[in-house]
Amino acid sequence: MSFNSKRIGKDTLLRNVIILLSVLACVPLFLILGNVFVKGIGQFSLDFFTQTPPDTLSAKIALNNKEQIPGGIANGIVGTLMTVVIASIIAIPLGLLCGIWLSEFRERKSAGVIRFIVELLQGMPSIIIGIIAYLWIVVPTRTYSAFAGAISLAIMMLPMIIRSTEESLRMLPHELKEAGLALGGSLYTVTFKVLIPTAFGGIMTGILLAISRVIGETAPLMLTALGASAIQWNPMKPSSTISLLIWEFYNDPNLQSLIWSASLLLLILVLLLNLIAKQIAKQWKI
Amino acid sequence: MVKKLKQHMHNKKFNIVLYCAIAIIPILFGGVIASLTKGSLPAFREFGFFQFIVSTDWDVTEGHESYGALPFIIGTVATSLIALLLCVPFALPVSLFVGEYFRDTKIANTLGGLIDLLAGIPSIVYGLWGFYILRPILMSLGISENGFGIPTASIILTIMIIPYAASLSTEFIRLVPQEMKEAAYGLGATQAEVVKHVVLPYCSSGIFSSYILALGRALGETMAVTMLIGNTNKIPQSLFDTGNSMAASIANQFGEADGLKLSSIIAIGLLLFLVTSIINYIGRLIIKRSSL
Repeated sequence: MSFNSKRIGKDTLLRNVIILLSVLACVPLFLILGNVFVKGIGQFSLDFFTQTPPDTLSAKIALNNKEQIPGGIANGIVGTLMTVVIASIIAIPLGLLCGIWLSEFRERKSAGVIRFIVELLQGMPSIIIGIIAYLWIVVPTRTYSAFAGAISLAIMMLPMIIRSTEESLRMLPHELKEAGLALGGSLYTVTFKVLIPTAFGGIMTGILLAISRVIGETAPLMLTALGASAIQWNPMKPSSTISLLIWEFYNDPNLQSLIWSASLLLLILVLLLNLIAKQIAKQWKI
Repeated sequence: MVKKLKQHMHNKKFNIVLYCAIAIIPILFGGVIASLTKGSLPAFREFGFFQFIVSTDWDVTEGHESYGALPFIIGTVATSLIALLLCVPFALPVSLFVGEYFRDTKIANTLGGLIDLLAGIPSIVYGLWGFYILRPILMSLGISENGFGIPTASIILTIMIIPYAASLSTEFIRLVPQEMKEAAYGLGATQAEVVKHVVLPYCSSGIFSSYILALGRALGETMAVTMLIGNTNKIPQSLFDTGNSMAASIANQFGEADGLKLSSIIAIGLLLFLVTSIINYIGRLIIKRSSL
């Protein structure tokens, strides 16, 4: 009897320990979100989205007068938008096609090799992708540019989109494709009219999560987009991004309060993308 | 026009497009290796491959420049291994919580979603939080003098890799056949005993591989480590000392580098690339071997 009660005691203990540690693992999330929100919300204003950052001096004057730091991060917002959009234009179609190939020719030996390379690419540290984009784009074009930054982000997004596309397509029943082909559709028609629409939820979720993973990326952009103090619409010129501005503010003690609002904006974007992805995954569940 | 295009897009053409797209993947990978190798050749030629790895000098003074990667390698390995050790006691319970104890319940989905969100927080925000919130705490606890160094970087890395280790382990834990667990329950086992004697042994190699892949993440992490490790180009004297990591040294010094220094930094990039690729290779191999 005492043997059994000891076993049951152990069982309860393990269960409680697991619950406790799991909840503890979530604590940093709330601490980070809470801290960034409390410190960052104060700077949110129209100026924050439409102005460029102030120089150190005017920020210091505002600080000394205990006023809000003037200016915002419009150049970063434009840069982030531009790099992410260009990266998406490159990575999404390419990722879709590669995912379709992998799912179409899944039994081939070469598919195994490709899948393996994609996994290695996915594990590649972002800073190395930055070096690559520097060597491939910045050196030949002789200028840092938002385009070079976009290329590094596209290389990061590509493996994620490929894998989610392939996995979503593989989950479809084989009869679906066979029925389409039996009706006389070509592989192209069946893929784009039957398979992709059916797997839309999974594919779209993968794309949105890939965007959310690169939107706050900093390291590769330091080597490629570099940063700029004014709004820059030309993709072939150096440009700032929200993440690069955070790095800049971090190195300038007078601009500290802008750090938190910029971080808050990034977190809101990431959370929003994640929420939309979750919602799409739920609604389009096969 | 669209109709015409569709008519012309027969299988063959579509196939060609697909093959062209997929050909980019090996070219990309080969190009990465080729560019990194080419970029780091001057450094290896000057110092020798092995000498570069084991040398501790990092002297940028013109005339007697000397570059060695050992301090950065040690910094990277130390922070990543500590983070790996620290993440297990949190990642394992989370994966058991989501994959076994509360499987498919609302609370499990919520907890899993929250942990996944941790993976979405940008590295630079982790760095900021570590700098402004965690560092003062560690200073007041007396763990390190100015709050920078290996402990601070490792703790942030721990938080960052928990979601990677946990979500992959969860998938393996969910793969344990229900019949095996039921057989154990039928013999009178408690849930703790089922976990210990059935669930964990069944997917031990899968769980192990999750942690290997999480280690790969930690090795390449840049911004958060850069902001917290202290960036001193020397071998850390203890686990509480400041240091530098491979990724952080690239991020810090790439901007103003040219010539031999640039080549040495790219060489560090190549080493980092090799290490993370090998770690990822081992992780994937274990998953494949165990055919889970």
